[in-house]
Amino acid sequence: MSKEIKFNEETLALVDKLINRYPAGKQKSALIPVLHIAQAEFNGWLSSETMDYVASLLKIKPIEVYEVASFYSMFNLKPVGKCLIEVCRTSSCWARGSEDVVRYLEKKLGIKEGETTKDGMFTIKTVECLGSCGGAPMLQVGAAFHENLTLEKVDAIVENYKSIGKQRSYTDLDYKNTI
Amino acid sequence: MGKKILLEHINVPGINTLEVYRQKGGYASVEKALKTMAPDAIVEEVKKSGLRGRGGAGFPTGMKWSFLAKPEGVERYLVVNADESEPGTFKDRYLMERIPHILIEGMITASFALGAKTSCIYIRGEYFYVSRILEAAIAEAYAAGWLGKNILGTNFSHDIFVQVGAGAYICGEETALLESLEGKRGNPRIKPPFPAVAGLYGCPTVVNNVETIASVPYIVMNGGDEYAKIGIGRSTGTKLISASGHINKPGVYEIEMGITVEDFIYSDEYCGGIINGRKLKAVVAGGSSVPILPADLILKTEKGEARLMSYESLSDGGFASGTMLGSGGFMVYDETTSIVKNLYTFARFYHHESCGQCSPCREGTGWMEKILHRIVEGHGKPGDVDLLWDIQRKIEGNTICPLGDAAAWPVASAIRHFRKEFEEYINHPERIKDVKHYYSVHQLASV
Repeated sequence: MSKEIKFNEETLALVDKLINRYPAGKQKSALIPVLHIAQAEFNGWLSSETMDYVASLLKIKPIEVYEVASFYSMFNLKPVGKCLIEVCRTSSCWARGSEDVVRYLEKKLGIKEGETTKDGMFTIKTVECLGSCGGAPMLQVGAAFHENLTLEKVDAIVENYKSIGKQRSYTDLDYKNTI
Repeated sequence: MGKKILLEHINVPGINTLEVYRQKGGYASVEKALKTMAPDAIVEEVKKSGLRGRGGAGFPTGMKWSFLAKPEGVERYLVVNADESEPGTFKDRYLMERIPHILIEGMITASFALGAKTSCIYIRGEYFYVSRILEAAIAEAYAAGWLGKNILGTNFSHDIFVQVGAGAYICGEETALLESLEGKRGNPRIKPPFPAVAGLYGCPTVVNNVETIASVPYIVMNGGDEYAKIGIGRSTGTKLISASGHINKPGVYEIEMGITVEDFIYSDEYCGGIINGRKLKAVVAGGSSVPILPADLILKTEKGEARLMSYESLSDGGFASGTMLGSGGFMVYDETTSIVKNLYTFARFYHHESCGQCSPCREGTGWMEKILHRIVEGHGKPGDVDLLWDIQRKIEGNTICPLGDAAAWPVASAIRHFRKEFEEYINHPERIKDVKHYYSVHQLASV
């Protein structure tokens, strides 16, 4: 049921473009950008098959991919919901009510932080400072920042993703125009 | 007061486009530099300007540039640090999102001064949408001939690309950033060698913060001496301050260094005072790593002088009674805030972000989080405050990179200035039960 782990021609051309912006022999520099693309294309997380595929594309050892994928917090090593809701919890967001946002989301979606709804639509995750302290409290879904949250705004965000969710790709990371 | 260098045109419609940016005099520094100046002359102007690194460390930029090794036939790189992950800091995001061309202009001019054929913006992964804005601006600059081969018909050619990170505070440390850019874990390198000698791919490299590079066009156009006239003493120029917390007007403000902290917090030009007219309790003035100060010490130094927004005044009194300007991440806490709980959010942050290379940081940050967690949950033990003090002392100065110090300082300063509050949590857990000690979103909705 999951599609075969292989990029289409268009994406492969993009990967080539990425590799070519580094000096010859330094193609490993493309690893993080390519992992982002792989995560976006293959169900929002990095399975070992996906990571092995990326290793083969960059001509590096699988372990070099695993050790990087496990280091950075944006790479998911387990399946996540279609909409990964990341709520900032560090100082300024905490001081302006982020714990209320998390509790409200948990109640609304019937799951705890770190869990995914049964229909696979939503995952709630708490994260460290996203650089939006002036818009606290805030949360991020894909590439989108949602700032100055109120509970009404949280309602609207959830409803919005419910309506577009099934058609939505796992992340909103659009790499198509990468230079 | 009130001179703007970076944000002068921030509200001009379309300033994110090359066309409008050019109408406002944009890219003139590239023309002046490439056509009329020798690379070393630009380095001299930056030295004269007194510009100091805006990422947090405050190291003189001109000096950093002059350290760059220039062996024959070896590539040199300029890498812009847009990893901006210090809690309380969001100025670079604001600048890149609104005026991407000021950064690109600064990069071309700086790269000419340094002799770099390629430069790169390393931006934190969570700022993905900003990376799209930068890419669009870079594409415009290529199309108009500001990037690419033989810029303005000179011998200088330059390419810029944007590298997106993937969520790691440590990659704001310059050698961790370079490791990440090479496709590895963000583990800081042992120095020396410094990046100026062996940086990206082992080549001489300058790593500068976004705001630092964005200040270069003004210096090239007006001269280092003119820039040095702005500000106060060795804190020359303007500084972007990210203001957040319990204030009426959170946001990014460009200040001329030397205004008073009191003016910054209470005047309507900046933060606009504390929400709901409550009293000020404490401020973290330069991002989560710098010492927290109680209201009396942030407004006035121990000597009773008005505290100013400058490198020197904020650090007046050392860590006993002062703090640091740091990244300019200015977080304000009102009288209802629990300093203990706030510190717990910092300790949790540093534990999460420690790369794990050095034992004092890897283990110590975890212990501090654990102890603070039990204190805020009402299970603190007698002696926990001394234990926290002991742990932070043993982290500070004992790690490869400054993350260990950054994790230790907030703990040390919170205990130094608010010890009684910690003891209250430990000795009377019943008093703190069910008290939130922060604004609820309901309260904020009515503000």
